[in-house]
Order: sequence, then structure tokens, then C-alpha cells
Amino acid sequence: MTEPSITLYRLQACPYCERVVRALDRLDLAYRSRYVEPMHSERNVVKRVSGARSVPALVDRGTGVTMSESANIVDYLERTYGDASGPGTAGAA
Amino acid sequence: MVDFEVVTLPDTDHVDVGDVAPDFTRPLVGAEYWEDRALDDVVDGPTLLLFHPMDGAFQATYLYKEIDARGWVRDVDVLGVSISTPYEHRSLLAERGAGVRVFSDPSADLIREYGVAHDIDGMAGITEARPAVFLLDADRRVRYAWVASEHPASPDYDAVDAAIDRLVD
Repeated sequence: MTEPSITLYRLQACPYCERVVRALDRLDLAYRSRYVEPMHSERNVVKRVSGARSVPALVDRGTGVTMSESANIVDYLERTYGDASGPGTAGAA
Repeated sequence: MVDFEVVTLPDTDHVDVGDVAPDFTRPLVGAEYWEDRALDDVVDGPTLLLFHPMDGAFQATYLYKEIDARGWVRDVDVLGVSISTPYEHRSLLAERGAGVRVFSDPSADLIREYGVAHDIDGMAGITEARPAVFLLDADRRVRYAWVASEHPASPDYDAVDAAIDRLVD
């Protein structure tokens, strides 16, 4: 079994997490979901990986990027994996 | 010794010594998060796979007390399985079972596949796990197996200890 290089730290039914999931699905990216505690104080694992306890947090081992905040994550995913991201594809039809 | 009624459970064709433990994927709950994991992916050495009644039942509580008291996590990977949800497993692991991870199987499908199901009297619609112990080697081969044939029943902890010693020495 190949491990996806993207790990999403998420909270069940958190709308900001679902927004990231929609972007991942739209870009057809494999990812692993790690569900954490609703209690903010018990999310030390998220703090360790991202520096903050907020979710969603995304770790992309392929690029070495770790980030929080759903809008930033969605931007990052689209920039990195969207249609216009590959070398030589910018401006292609 | 107090005389009390013990219910004999139906015979079951359960996973046994010499079998390769069936692979499955379920949420695996640890101290900090849970995620879907395949058993095959998790087993990379001697592993104690413990099926137990739902979290909160005294049999589950005693099992985790015994895991802690005997220090099994020092010698083997210890994995629990019950029908309880990841949230309930988190509460369980907050109290005891340091180093233990627990699979969540609310549908009891994998519990049935292992042949360790128990339809609890007086809780309509709930099928859960009988107490059961499977000691696996790194290839998921079962080296020791025990499945409760009565209710209530607890594993023979000394026998599990001895089986672990045989496997890891």
C-alpha cells in the first residue's frame, strides 16, 4: 500500500476542513485523514506539526509544506496541483 | 466462592492458531488522533490483538488495567478492538492503556469475520466482541489464540504472558 504524501488533520464535520477535502477531491489528490479532538486544548499533535492547534492543517511530504487556514491550503493546493501548475502548462488550453 | 450463573456462548468457528489473521481496515485510535489503518500495514512485529466488550463495560476496564499492570506494550504492539466509537476509545485511552491503540468496529463486521461476535442479551440490535486474544507474529500468523466460550469470561492473563515470552525471546 503506498502512503499518500498528503496528510490532513481534521475535525469531524468542521466546514473549513470539508472545504479542503473538496479541493483535494477536485484535484484528485490522495490524502490520509487524521481526525483529532474537538477540544482545542487536546490537539497537541496539530500544534507539533503546524505550530498552531487549529484545523484544518495539511502536511505535504512531497513538497515539505505544512500549513493551516483553509483558504491558504486551498490556494496552495490549486497553485501546486491545479491545471496551470505543471511545467510548460501555463497558458495551455 | 460465590456461586453464580455463567452463560455458555454458542460454539464459533473463530480465527485460530496457525491461521493468518484476516486483514481489515478500520479507524485506529491512538493517544492523539485516529485514522483508517489496515491491520497488515500496522503489524510489523509481535502484536497482541485484543477483542473486548464495549468501552465502559467492566470487562473492558479490567482488560486495560491488566495490560498496564503487566507492561505488555514494552514487549509487543498492543491493539484493541471493540464496537465503541473513536470518541469512546479516546476517553478509554485518556484513563489507561498507555501505548495501546484501538480499532473501532461499530458494525461488528470484522468482529464477526474473526468469529468472536456476541449478541448481548437485553441490548436490542447490538452485536459486540467477546473477549478474545490473538497473538500475532510479524507475518500476522496467529501464535496464540483464546476466545471466550462463556459469559462473562476473562483471558488467562498468565497464559498470554507465557505466549508473549515464547514469541519475543
